Amino acid sequence: MGYPKFMAIVTPQAIRQDFPLLMQRPDLVYLNSAATSQKPEVVIETISRYYRELNASIHRGAYTLSVQASEAYEQARHTLARFIGADEREVIFVRNTTEALNLVAYAWGLRNLRPGDEILLTEMEHHANLVPWHLICERTGARIKAIPLGPDGRLELEALHTLLTQRVKLVSVMHVSNVLGTVNPVAEIAQAAKAVGALVVVDGAQSAPHMPIDVRALGADFYAFSGHKMLGPTGVGVLWGRYEALETLAPFLGGGSMIREVYVERSTYAAPPQRFEAGTPAVAEAIGLAAAAEYLMNLGMDRVWQHELELAAYALKRLDEELPEVRTFGPRGPGRGGVIPFVLGDIHAHDVATALDQYGIAVRAGHHCAQPLHRKLGVPATVRASFYVYTTLEDIDRFIEALKKVRDFFKDWL
Amino acid sequence: MVLMSLLEELYKEIILRHYKSPHNYGPLDSANVRVMGDNPSCGDQIELMVLTDGERIADLRFRGQGCAISQASASLMTDLVKGKSWLEALALEQQFKAMVVDGAAPTPELGDLAALSGVHKLAARVKCATLAWNALEQAASRAGALPREVRE
Repeated sequence: MGYPKFMAIVTPQAIRQDFPLLMQRPDLVYLNSAATSQKPEVVIETISRYYRELNASIHRGAYTLSVQASEAYEQARHTLARFIGADEREVIFVRNTTEALNLVAYAWGLRNLRPGDEILLTEMEHHANLVPWHLICERTGARIKAIPLGPDGRLELEALHTLLTQRVKLVSVMHVSNVLGTVNPVAEIAQAAKAVGALVVVDGAQSAPHMPIDVRALGADFYAFSGHKMLGPTGVGVLWGRYEALETLAPFLGGGSMIREVYVERSTYAAPPQRFEAGTPAVAEAIGLAAAAEYLMNLGMDRVWQHELELAAYALKRLDEELPEVRTFGPRGPGRGGVIPFVLGDIHAHDVATALDQYGIAVRAGHHCAQPLHRKLGVPATVRASFYVYTTLEDIDRFIEALKKVRDFFKDWL
Repeated sequence: MVLMSLLEELYKEIILRHYKSPHNYGPLDSANVRVMGDNPSCGDQIELMVLTDGERIADLRFRGQGCAISQASASLMTDLVKGKSWLEALALEQQFKAMVVDGAAPTPELGDLAALSGVHKLAARVKCATLAWNALEQAASRAGALPREVRE
């Protein structure tokens, strides 16, 4: 199945034309792409066409339609592999980043961790990269340590030397912070982790959608990301694993498709990636995600990242200069992603977000599934504005002007 | 502006005043019923402390963190139910929830809490307004004061 054609486009204003929801709601300033992105026509159309023209049970049917559906699904795997510089045998379709991290936690952690072993995380992790490890520690007796977060919004890497002992069996870090926009030096951390023989897992939920990814250059064993944050549908994501690492993993979920031979009492398992795709997968979603990856590769991931760096720098500059009542968090200087968390005086983040919503500005407020990080920042909640390919400078301007009105509204209570 | 009026309707001065200077705030050492209420998805928390003989709310205080709506609702609620019987307090809870959940007109008994009636228009914020009241209902249950049909 070929994907619908689209123009190679440059400006965010032109990109917006590809997003039916944004076209239908010209008054909406959507600044919550770190939570979920909007979907371009090509993705919606690809999913619709799959159900209209190709839908069949994959990897089983002897009939032509099933073979074509299977081919489209495997072609999607191939596209996602190309998107992150991987071999297609290393791409496992899962539901989302959360499931990918749980897969590694259960398939590897449950079997390999012993009492006294350590898992090294960071203080800025999303709950998706904390809670699975808590569950595994409860069952294995392993313990969690964390690379501390410095006041500048970056990890304190000096602590790595003392934290990385022979007891550390696994290091799992987020590539880009979903709250602060910090880009963590994953390659450096992976190299240090490898020196003590630890397995390295990278939560790529906020990096795969926004910057060029070459999983081999990262030096990790596993890299996880979600489809819905990168213009794709919900319900599909990817776990990439180094093939040798995947081969050593036991299955996570059991069922059809992931087996070699099954007897009543026992079974043997297929090789990766099939070993980790039990049951009928999200076929239409995987194909839709491939269309999203193609769309992003056509834009050029370098350009996507550059665009977001520019938006973040512009928004921070205006906030600094024009809204002294606003306190932003996160690193300053190079390598800051398009995510800006802030508070407005003493007004609670939810109240600010509700007020911004009255001007058509959609932002997230709360702890953003990162309670430990917010404890470290010393605030219970922040407002977060996050950007993507369709975000324009005019969006930022409207956001700033609305925030000024919100400030004026609450001025006696700041 | 139509849009701005919704903000003004939601964040009336009395709400912001109670948010900034909550009444009945702080520890209550003599409390014999303590309830922690929270909205995990947004992180708002209320700790409700009540001194009761099982019939009446002799005293109550709260501590917490959260948005103006959740904290002002808690502050106004403590003002309103202090000294009342549990049955009276639970009747007020029903009237309050009818107002913010179902959009019913505020009853005279709700007094200053009528200021929170605008919350009904913002579905995402209803749970902020009801946080303290849910804690009060739990406290009633712990105090053994819930009528049979509510307990079951």
